[in-house]
Amino acid sequence: MSNITLIVNGRQQTVDVEPAMPLLYVLTDDLALRGPKFGCGLGQCGACTVLVGGRAIRSCVTPVSTVAGAEVTTLEGLGTPERPHPIQQAFIDEQAAQCGFCLNGVILTAKAFVDQRPRATEAEIQQAMSGVLCRCFSHARMLRAIARYAQEV
Amino acid sequence: MVSRRDFLKTSGALIVSFSAVPAGERSAFAQGPFATRPSQIDPTQLDAWLSVANDGSVTAYTGKCELGQGILTAQTQLVAEELSVPFARVHIIQCDTAVTPDQGTTSGSQSTPTNFNDGSLALAAATARQALLALASTRLSVPADQLTIADGIISARSDPSKRVTYGALVGNGKFLLPLDRAAKRKPHDEWTILGRPVPRVDMPAMATGQFEYVHNVRVPNMLHGAVVRPSSAGATLATVDEGSLAGLAGVVKVVVKNNFVGVVAARPWQAMQAANALKVTWTDGPPLPSQASFYNWLRAQPARDALVVNSKDVDENMSKAASIVKATYLHPYQMHGSMGPSCAVADVQGGKATIWSPTQSAYPTRNGVAQLLGIPPESVHVIFVRGSGCYGINGADTVSFDAALLSQAVGRPVRVQLTRKDEMAWENYGFAYVIDQRAGVDANGTIVAWDHEAWFGSRGGRPGNMPGNVVTGMLAGFTAAPFRPAQAAEPSGAFRNGSNAAPSYVAGRIGREADGAGTIASERVLTHTVQSPFFTGPLRSPSRLQNTFAHESFLDEVAAHVKADPVAYRLRHLSDARLKEVVAAAAKAANWQTRPSPAANASSRTGASGAQAATGRGIACVAYEGDNGYVAMVAEVVVNRTSGAITTKRLVVAQDCGPVSNPNGMRNQIEGGALQGLSRALGEEVTWDDRKVTSIDWRTYHSLPLGFEVPVIESVLIDRVGVPALGAGETAITIVAAAIANAVFDATGARLRQVPFTADRVKAAMDLVARP
Repeated sequence: MSNITLIVNGRQQTVDVEPAMPLLYVLTDDLALRGPKFGCGLGQCGACTVLVGGRAIRSCVTPVSTVAGAEVTTLEGLGTPERPHPIQQAFIDEQAAQCGFCLNGVILTAKAFVDQRPRATEAEIQQAMSGVLCRCFSHARMLRAIARYAQEV
Repeated sequence: MVSRRDFLKTSGALIVSFSAVPAGERSAFAQGPFATRPSQIDPTQLDAWLSVANDGSVTAYTGKCELGQGILTAQTQLVAEELSVPFARVHIIQCDTAVTPDQGTTSGSQSTPTNFNDGSLALAAATARQALLALASTRLSVPADQLTIADGIISARSDPSKRVTYGALVGNGKFLLPLDRAAKRKPHDEWTILGRPVPRVDMPAMATGQFEYVHNVRVPNMLHGAVVRPSSAGATLATVDEGSLAGLAGVVKVVVKNNFVGVVAARPWQAMQAANALKVTWTDGPPLPSQASFYNWLRAQPARDALVVNSKDVDENMSKAASIVKATYLHPYQMHGSMGPSCAVADVQGGKATIWSPTQSAYPTRNGVAQLLGIPPESVHVIFVRGSGCYGINGADTVSFDAALLSQAVGRPVRVQLTRKDEMAWENYGFAYVIDQRAGVDANGTIVAWDHEAWFGSRGGRPGNMPGNVVTGMLAGFTAAPFRPAQAAEPSGAFRNGSNAAPSYVAGRIGREADGAGTIASERVLTHTVQSPFFTGPLRSPSRLQNTFAHESFLDEVAAHVKADPVAYRLRHLSDARLKEVVAAAAKAANWQTRPSPAANASSRTGASGAQAATGRGIACVAYEGDNGYVAMVAEVVVNRTSGAITTKRLVVAQDCGPVSNPNGMRNQIEGGALQGLSRALGEEVTWDDRKVTSIDWRTYHSLPLGFEVPVIESVLIDRVGVPALGAGETAITIVAAAIANAVFDATGARLRQVPFTADRVKAAMDLVARP
């Protein structure tokens, strides 16, 4: 075990954990955050996605030691139910979810991509989302929500 | 008089979502150390369903829970509408065995039929409205028929200053009234909240990462568990070396019960690492049947047979027919594959248990947990907390059992989070099917006899009073519902098509009544249930989907045989007006061009213009469960003649599920069902080797990702007033595979008879056409 310091959603957090432990466990267990989800533990589905320095990474396969000192943003770090971030608002407006378990990975992956490429085409957005799963298959609404956000930024 | 079908639909406790269990097998569910205890909540009493607080807010108690399908929002609309209170002032408590009525399992597209018609929650709300009017009449000295209600305030029509709030009438008190069968629902034309696209109540919290799933439940003093499943299907435990965990941090206990092995640790990551490190040896059971020849294996097993309908003249009519068409359809095991592997928290101490569970079946799971732990059902409290979308019986019950066993062993609360492999390798999979179809056609091209024979593998299922029906219960030493081969009895009673074993085109005649959706009077539908090597259970549209793939593909094959247009040929053999209407509506919305399939030049390898891309359209339809939702779909596809890849361009869906509670919610279900159906049709198949399931992650089980070329989906909602509200969550998915297969046939002349339609299978089918 060792002390590792992270900046999560703007707040400095120090946790006493095994350095090899995936970041996801720090976020969901030590910090009790609800945004990141355990989906596969293999980096295959996107449910655990967080932003590190604006880039989307898979926290289930990222040893916590590799992000020591970094700024980590989770889904709850973007906005709140009362004041959602524009991309969260786009998903609410499109009613783009069913069970909602995948939303974390969908929203954060899309945000990281669109923020980098504001004029992305529909095909480019599809390509960017090709490693993200939704098993309720709310795909059509989600792609609409992402396009709506892309038009706004 | 209440028919058997109506009774089964409205009495929640009796609903079993897979209705192929013969009545004789039900007695097996009553065995065990403790009989099922009824709920202490009396569903005949209004107070079981609704309460009004001093501030006028309304709390409703339901046994039908949110699984992602939107039923929480729709039930909130229902209560707000019937009681004329603002939507925001209604709060719903879902599936908690301490406080909600026992409505069995949230499954089988029964939540809307059960709670939105003339019983249960709808009747409770109507009874409450009537009771509040009566109380107000007394309080205000105004006859009830001269009162009006708005926003939870009752006032005199003639003098609005005479008014009283719900809170003032019953605030925090009880109604102490039975549900009144005669209480009137608010008429459809007065609806202002039901029937509207009210946004989902849970969406803002979900989109901002605030929503509490069962995975987020934390209770004081809680430990974390993980399980070690057998190395292969049917393996038994040989040795467990607890010494292998020496030096691992946080390990609290290794728990073994028969073939169940789990570990408990202080933290989730520690539990996961301990489960990986624990040295366990297993003795293999008998090898699995070969996947390569599995469908033939299914046909050869001892079977429990059932005849859904049998006019006894099928062979005779076949012999007289001008021609006979035959085909065999194959459908694999598929999995629920929830985004989040299942999770539950259990606290078993002092002979009592509390389970925070994502189960669809709070009360049946309570009974299963009680038997598993050897304590009476009333000592078990199951609290539903939402999990990842389940689409049927995923690992929700199994993980609840895991947590219960581990908590019982350590005497502290334990949270168990399954791994991706735990979830996928040990699911209750959706049934694999082999279906033979045979039709006799007369000289006019009309079908005069239809013969259907199906084999499918089944084992285990929902927990109920048989803990062995789910994986953990089996591993802990309980047996699944017994399998007994049996000959089919002749059909009797009413025609029931709950599994859509009979095609929509047959008359469904038993005795004097013909309750099918079609016209073909010479009909035989025979099913063979065999014991599956894997656990199985309801997966969205269980059996209905597999049967409908075969029926709707085959109808198209017969239409092509007589060179008839697929839409016209369907309408020609249907009698059910609602099913005909959705077929016509889908065709119209899709601008369907009347002509036989395949399209001209379809079988040419390069097409008329030398193009690699072949385009086609196909249609399919179903009366879901015979009478629980009417849907038709037109699919437009492009087939790459070289690669065999199918791209779906457009899906047009027309649906009639009675009065629509929430049109946006219904569209969401149609769209999700259509695309989930597409994923199942194009890529999903459970695989195994001679010992074990090899579909254990998203590389080995293929789900269409968010980035695939999503087709345009157009939904036509037929909002039919004056009839019962029907299920809408399993309709669209049921017809996707056939609509796609029929469109591929239209494009290429190649017939796909095995799901999933991988590119290799499409190429092989095209090769058959190319070869004369």
